[in-house]
Parts: sequence; C-alpha cells; structure tokens
Amino acid sequence: MSKRYETVFILTPVLSDDQAKEAAKKFKKTITDLGGKIVNEEHWGLRKLAYPIQKKTTGFYQLFEFSGEGEEIIGNLEVAYKRDERILRFLTVALDKHAVAYADKRKGKVAEAKTKKKENAA
Amino acid sequence: MSKQNDIRYLNPPTVEAKKKKYCRFKKSGIKYIDYKDPDFLLKFVNEQGKLLPRRLTGTSLKFQRKVAQAVKRSRHLALMPYVADLLK
Repeated sequence: MSKRYETVFILTPVLSDDQAKEAAKKFKKTITDLGGKIVNEEHWGLRKLAYPIQKKTTGFYQLFEFSGEGEEIIGNLEVAYKRDERILRFLTVALDKHAVAYADKRKGKVAEAKTKKKENAA
Repeated sequence: MSKQNDIRYLNPPTVEAKKKKYCRFKKSGIKYIDYKDPDFLLKFVNEQGKLLPRRLTGTSLKFQRKVAQAVKRSRHLALMPYVADLLK
C-alpha cells in the first residue's frame, strides 16, 4: 500500500523566477528518482513570510503532492532539502483519508481556476 | 432582615438565555483542517497569535486537536506568526 504525502518548501527570494522554477524542478526529479509519483504540484510564487527566516522576509513557496512507498523516500528527500542552501524551510506530511479527499478536491479547484483563466484570456 | 429581601426591580431583570455553543466542524461536516489556509485558521487564535481555548470557540476536542496541529504546521511554514500583536 502506497501512502500519499504532501511536501511544501520555501526557497530563498534571492533567486530569480526562473531559478526558483529550476530548483523546484530539481526537487521534483529527486522525488521521482526516489520512486515517488507526483500527484499534484502548486507553485505559489513569491509570498510574504509571517516572520523573518534567515533575515529574509519573503520566499518562493512550492508544494508537491506525491505517493510513494516506505519511509526511505521521505528521509532521503529531507536530507536533500537540508543539503540545499536555497531552502529556507520545508514540511512533509503524510495525508490521511480525509486529507486525501480534501487534496483531491483542491486539485480539482485549482485546475478549474486555471482553465477559467485560459478561457478568459482566449 | 425582611427589608433586604424586599428588593424590587423597576424593570424585571433580564436573564439572557445562553446561546448553546457548537462545534463548527461537526456542524458543517469539515473533516480535514488545512494548514495551508491561514485566513481560516485565524479564527482560532487571538490577536497575539495564540490558540483560543475550546471553551471560547466551542470546538469539540477531536477537532481542537486538529486545529492545534494545523496552526502549528502553518506557523512552521511562516504562513502564520508564532508571536504577534494586533493580528486582527
């Protein structure tokens, strides 16, 4: 039985938009290399922090939702986070059945908003 | 002594019927409390960013634990402050 996880991390605002996307891509690859399957991803962009972290007041937020098996994947992912100096903060949580239902609903909403945006643009 | 017992009110003292508190999660059927939604979690903290007790919010124990967990996760990700004043 594979478990669903959700991981959010904050990248330093020193990076440019492209660099932030690049870093996010790197971690996406880390997850897939470790045997995780990406279910959903959200890029929240540059956000103000509620309190300064490492003297930074803003950060790029990135969310990945993935399913995987075993504890090693989480351990290895968090080691990768710690080794990377661009990461200000990270949080990984396992999702229970209610959380999975919520996440699926959220995913649907985000996708809907995106298509609507496209429709409006077109 | 009898005089003391003879207090008469001009207007009948109004005893307000206490509004029964209820758990908003049970009532509206919310099963998962999202730590990524700081605006919602703001309802469960005071101006200093401290968690409000159950006796004020009426949340049931089961969901109070989940609220606490969500607020703590939210603080860790700097979505909510650990300490603040004039949050509201």
